[in-house]
Amino acid sequence: MSDTILEVRDLRVTFDMYQGAVQAVRGVSWHLNRRETIGIVGESGCGKSVTIKTAIGLNPVSSGSVKGGEVLFEGTDILRLSEKERRDILGNRMSMIFQDPFTFLNPTMTVGRQIMEVYLQHHKASRREAREKALDILRLISLPNPEENLKRYPHQLSGGMRQRIMIAMALICEPAVLFADEPTTALDVTIQAQIVDLMNSLKEKVDTSIVLITHDMGVVAKMVDRVYVMYAGKIVEHGEAQTIFHHPRHPYTWGLLESVPRLDEKTQDDLPSIPGMPPDLIAPPAGCPFAARCRFCMGICGREAPPEIRLTDPEDGRDHTASCWLCHPECIARNGKTEWRAAHD
Amino acid sequence: MAKYLLQKVLIALATVFVLATATFFMMKLIPGDPFASLTTKIEVQERQREYYGLDKPVVEQYLTYMNNLLHGNLGYSLKKTGRTVVDIIREAFPVSAKLGLFSFIIAELIGYLFGILCAQFRGKWPDYLLMIFAVLGIAMPSMVIGPLLRWLFGVVLRWLPVTGWGSFQQMLMPAFVLGLGTIAGNTRAMRASMLGTMTQDYIMTAQAKGLPKAKVVMRHEFKNSLVPLVANLGPGIAGVMMGSFVVESMFLIPGLGRYFVDSITNLDYPLIMGLTIFYGTFLVTLNLLVDVLYGFLDPRIREAVKGAA
Amino acid sequence: MSQLPKGTFTDADFTKTGAEIGLDPASSRKKTTYWRDVWRNFKKNKAAYVSLYVILLLILLVIFGPMMNPFDYRTNDYTAINNAPNTVHWFGTDTMGRDIWTRVWEGGRVSLLIALLGTLIPEAIGMAIGGISGYFGGKVDTVIMRLIDILMGIPSLIYMILLMLIFGSGNIMTLVIAISITGWMGSARATRGLILQLKGRDFVTASRTLGGSPSWIILRRLIPNTLGIRVVGITMSIPSVIFYEAFLSYIGLGVTPPMPSWGQLIKSAGENFRYYPYQFIIPCAMVGITMLCFNLIGDGLRDALDPRLRT
Repeated sequence: MSDTILEVRDLRVTFDMYQGAVQAVRGVSWHLNRRETIGIVGESGCGKSVTIKTAIGLNPVSSGSVKGGEVLFEGTDILRLSEKERRDILGNRMSMIFQDPFTFLNPTMTVGRQIMEVYLQHHKASRREAREKALDILRLISLPNPEENLKRYPHQLSGGMRQRIMIAMALICEPAVLFADEPTTALDVTIQAQIVDLMNSLKEKVDTSIVLITHDMGVVAKMVDRVYVMYAGKIVEHGEAQTIFHHPRHPYTWGLLESVPRLDEKTQDDLPSIPGMPPDLIAPPAGCPFAARCRFCMGICGREAPPEIRLTDPEDGRDHTASCWLCHPECIARNGKTEWRAAHD
Repeated sequence: MAKYLLQKVLIALATVFVLATATFFMMKLIPGDPFASLTTKIEVQERQREYYGLDKPVVEQYLTYMNNLLHGNLGYSLKKTGRTVVDIIREAFPVSAKLGLFSFIIAELIGYLFGILCAQFRGKWPDYLLMIFAVLGIAMPSMVIGPLLRWLFGVVLRWLPVTGWGSFQQMLMPAFVLGLGTIAGNTRAMRASMLGTMTQDYIMTAQAKGLPKAKVVMRHEFKNSLVPLVANLGPGIAGVMMGSFVVESMFLIPGLGRYFVDSITNLDYPLIMGLTIFYGTFLVTLNLLVDVLYGFLDPRIREAVKGAA
Repeated sequence: MSQLPKGTFTDADFTKTGAEIGLDPASSRKKTTYWRDVWRNFKKNKAAYVSLYVILLLILLVIFGPMMNPFDYRTNDYTAINNAPNTVHWFGTDTMGRDIWTRVWEGGRVSLLIALLGTLIPEAIGMAIGGISGYFGGKVDTVIMRLIDILMGIPSLIYMILLMLIFGSGNIMTLVIAISITGWMGSARATRGLILQLKGRDFVTASRTLGGSPSWIILRRLIPNTLGIRVVGITMSIPSVIFYEAFLSYIGLGVTPPMPSWGQLIKSAGENFRYYPYQFIIPCAMVGITMLCFNLIGDGLRDALDPRLRT
């Protein structure tokens, strides 16, 4: 695809912990097209955040290391760039919005300086120009009283305002790719909606592509064009957002979707959640990593990892893949369209 | 801010008051007549009695004493005939202040630098080397390190004068002995603080901006690591002051610390009292300044303070 | 990808098994108890681990050292003045012909005893006061904390000097008392902070609803839970007490001669350091090693107790 701006190929990341090497990312591939928003979804700890942070060289723990794969940004593998070259891209052509605006802003620096700092780093500009630019961007994200707020410290602002500051910082250099790591999780529900709307509108204005990392299927529905579902360091299902919502094929995706509250189903029951815990990635299971929690687990699932199976979308024939034995032709040949699949079609 | 300051000032005043009162009554508790040793001249004894009103009831003595303190009158030395405690302070304190300040500032800066290096090179040889130095610095009290250095630089290498006061060379060794504890303490404190700061989320934000390492360290990590260390300034100053007792005696420097130690050996009680109160007040004042500085360095505290006002 | 050869699969492969296929994710994680974990982490810190044994060795020598030769610490022998270390006097003799081996270990008894008591007694006082302050809160807390603010404003050495002047002669007890009176504030403040954190926990509420008296709750429920964290502070304050002893000896307010302490030995040998370095270096090494080891043990304990620093 010539329109691909960022592509991750077979990325592997491990962390050396006291107990052993944790294989946090185990061969993940995805791509991002220009002016597209993709979502990487999964439970916390599934490796979605680590994938991104490693991709741009921001390992949260120094013990983490890339064991293989490449990250192609506009055709160049940024994992092989020098420290200096990588820094020139970071914050400039690729930038990131973090999860928690309460802890990701420097408490002893005014937000103005924190925003201007990015611009000054990547442009030969005077402080005055940087200030003008910062004011522009604050107006763009419709922060009230930008002049005054520039002089404030993070603790003087509300959570929503802080997240707007984070967004301003990420967008001031008009990046080609914007990563958003759970951008709404730490916010109130009403503010969440505002931030989602803001990001949708900014995508047009700034002409950027977004990689959204979240476990919130609601946010995915409102923002995302394509979805990658990640579980235990692997992509288990991928497809157009519409496909994933309406014709999911992987039992883990079913579980994720069932745990979203729905207004149209008036049930008195508790929201279903997926029982059990993700597997220990120091010694990943030989078979399907989801087998132990899967309602539909079969004999082969505990023994052999399922291949990525290409499925044709019933509606528009676009890409849809799932790594599940249930989708395997052998399985369908033996069991037919089983009752549990029917329930989700 | 005003309310915060007022509270701090009130506590400081209370501290000085408690100190003065405690000193007075503790002196009363000293067995025997502190003014009637065999070596004390009669006229000195008489003047002391008069000054302290020793023939009057204790309460009245206390009031006289407090009144004198309020007027900056700390009494007369027993052994140095005719000299007031204030005279001695006026003469000797500048010497101590010069040595102490020089030593303290250099030691603070070196300690921060070492701490930053340790944290940035965590687990590599600069970290180990500097931490060994820091641990030794803490484990070597000035009475141990002082004679060793004097022997090494003064006797063996003959680089620096062994004792005395006046030239810059004479100041180097005592300043180092005095500052070693501060360097060591600050190295450890800065290392620990910075290791904590380095794992903060906002450091990742700074890295994600594409800032070079030096800017991330100095702009984001250093200032945030410095804030908790301000709390160490007070004990650090106290440490240098205590160290001056030993160092000034050892290097024969005519500072206040040496007078204090001499007054203890000579049992010159009025001088002990006067210097105790002076030292106490001095430290309380400096601690007050540190509190104010702390408020200014951390905008969150400054804000909380404004909010409370 | 899906074109695996036919016959690779059996019917059982595609038969639903339910979730019980023996992949309980929790079972493969190592389970360790908290203190065993702490101990293992502590052992991994070689410096701290070695220090622990050095301290144990020092304690043994301090107890048995003076018994290992025929000399005692105060008998002068003017035929053997300032002897360098030799086979009779292992550490040599001092300016009065006293055996330094014996004096160093006798002095160690004094210094280490002062260090031990001078750490534990103020800690106990501090825990009691901090416990009361934190548990009752309100006015009691305010008054105690203000008092501590005031007392902490003045460096403890100044009080200590005044107290030693009142006591007149120095011996182990007077030194310990002076150190205890002046040293409890830090521990009280720390304990109060910990108690405030613990107070709201369920096990305290449970004790209170079951009718536990405040002193019972403080002593049996709150203090034991703060001890683990305070252990680092206690270890770290031993070196400072050793320093206080050396300092007071240096300015002439330590234990009264001929009773030795490490501080005394350092002070009296410091003057002759150029001529008889062994008289000075041996007690210095003892003080240095002790302070070093306790610092390293404290570091090791802190790192072992702080799960954040585990990698």
